[in-house]
Amino acid sequence: MADIEIRNVYKIFGQDAKAALAMAKDGLDKSEILARSGCSVGLNDVSLTIGAGKIFVIMGLSGSGKSTLVRHINRLIEPTSGQVVFDGSNILELDAKALRTFRMHRVSMVFQSFALMPHRTVLQNVVYGQRVRGLSKADSRDIGMKWIETVGLSGYDAKFPHQLSGGMKQRVGLARALAADTDVILMDEAFSALDPLIRADMQDQLLQLQQNLSKTIVFITHDLDEALRIGSENAILKDGQVVQVGTPDDILDKPANDYVARFVQRRQGRPEAHD
Amino acid sequence: MFPDSLNLSIRAPVNEFIQTLVSSYGWVFKAISAVILKAVLFIEWILRGLPWWVVILAFMALAWQSSKRWTLTVAVGALLFFVGVLGLWDLTMQTLALMLMATLVSVAIGVPMGILVAKSRLVRNITLPVLDVMQTMPSFVYLIPALMLFGLGKVPAILATIIYAVPPLIRLTDLGIRQVDHEVVEAATAFGGSPNQILFGVELPLATPTIMAGLNQTIMMALSMVVVASMIGARGLGEQVLNGIQTLDVGKGLEAGIGIVILAIVLDRITQGFGKSRTEDPRNG
Repeated sequence: MADIEIRNVYKIFGQDAKAALAMAKDGLDKSEILARSGCSVGLNDVSLTIGAGKIFVIMGLSGSGKSTLVRHINRLIEPTSGQVVFDGSNILELDAKALRTFRMHRVSMVFQSFALMPHRTVLQNVVYGQRVRGLSKADSRDIGMKWIETVGLSGYDAKFPHQLSGGMKQRVGLARALAADTDVILMDEAFSALDPLIRADMQDQLLQLQQNLSKTIVFITHDLDEALRIGSENAILKDGQVVQVGTPDDILDKPANDYVARFVQRRQGRPEAHD
Repeated sequence: MFPDSLNLSIRAPVNEFIQTLVSSYGWVFKAISAVILKAVLFIEWILRGLPWWVVILAFMALAWQSSKRWTLTVAVGALLFFVGVLGLWDLTMQTLALMLMATLVSVAIGVPMGILVAKSRLVRNITLPVLDVMQTMPSFVYLIPALMLFGLGKVPAILATIIYAVPPLIRLTDLGIRQVDHEVVEAATAFGGSPNQILFGVELPLATPTIMAGLNQTIMMALSMVVVASMIGARGLGEQVLNGIQTLDVGKGLEAGIGIVILAIVLDRITQGFGKSRTEDPRNG
């Protein structure tokens, strides 16, 4: 089980990151920093504690930095400043080899547009994590078949990704992350490209899996409904800053500011989509 | 008139440089020359040693393998048969040997170079202008020093062909690798793939259609060099064309020209087929 702690992370995109970082620390806002230094601020002093064995949802609109933030947890993106502490150790100190081992064994990821390898079959895609670790084809096959069955794709193991529908592709993506057998799964807008019905199915399946496996899942979404439905804790991001962290009830009952309140109001304008 | 006092010539230093190369390092070039010559003679020995129908069958098998189409397979057989009927079989095999050698060396240089260009901005900034020069510099300019360093015959012809034909392969390998879906590479990275695992397991397989298109271009450009190569003593179809020009024998030149075109068509169709069959499926679901 792994706790993830993100401590005062800043991410600046652009040439003159140092100057822009100083401005961000002085409390200038995003547009002002862009005007003065030409750099864009991806994350601005983000600190979060993500508890083990739960679904933690990071919600924000496009451009809020949520996809950037989740990529810090497996260091696909390096922060400009700050710490990412995983189970008590700062993963920013890992060298290239240790980082690969960390990615193989501790964190896996599901992507918005699936990111399956088009030249590999469903089974070969699912066992990719096991294969890069050096597990033999024969040994990884059993693991792969088990997870293909779990996500409901039995019989599709020899198909190629282009033969599957969007929902099925994302099941493959999910099976690939589960087959890697890591304690943490990052899901970057994993269900956003799916149509509403399949999406609801996938959410149910994820909740079910979570109950059985109790993984730590960091789930990114731009949809408040989805966030409230599957998250046991939610963080709302705006312009690279955390606006509010809390349980779904906290967010509904005590919105931290107008921005969150507007979201909640729009949601209450609609009939309940579930339970 | 441009004032003479501002003239600056690089003629003398370049000539001197080539002279020193020839006189002091001649043995290096001789050694390289010997290796290349041995390899090309070996290929030629195989191609000319095999019975004609074995060669035709081998080409038909390749055509079938690459396209899975009977029409193309039969057409390839018929075209090559026609070359034999024209009395150009032996010359065609000589040209083919030259072509294969130039292509093999081009692949050995082009693909790794293309990978480096795709991976490193520095290499890229240096290489791309060099490729432009290689493609636009008239080939006779480097044929002369090649002659001085390697002597008359097949070797300078092969080297000149490589210089002319390798750029498209480098460019398209680079393009193919950079075109691989960024998210797929990111996924491979996220699951702990090492740079080598990602290169050989993800990037190169996905770039294969583009790399094959580059190989196709390289072969076509190499074929367009055969007449020029014959001027420095490479035998084969090009020599026949040159002969036809020199003796005003239009028919002879045309015959050999047809031979070159047929070789081009056959090689083009076969390599194109391989490019397509690796794609799995161009449709996106």
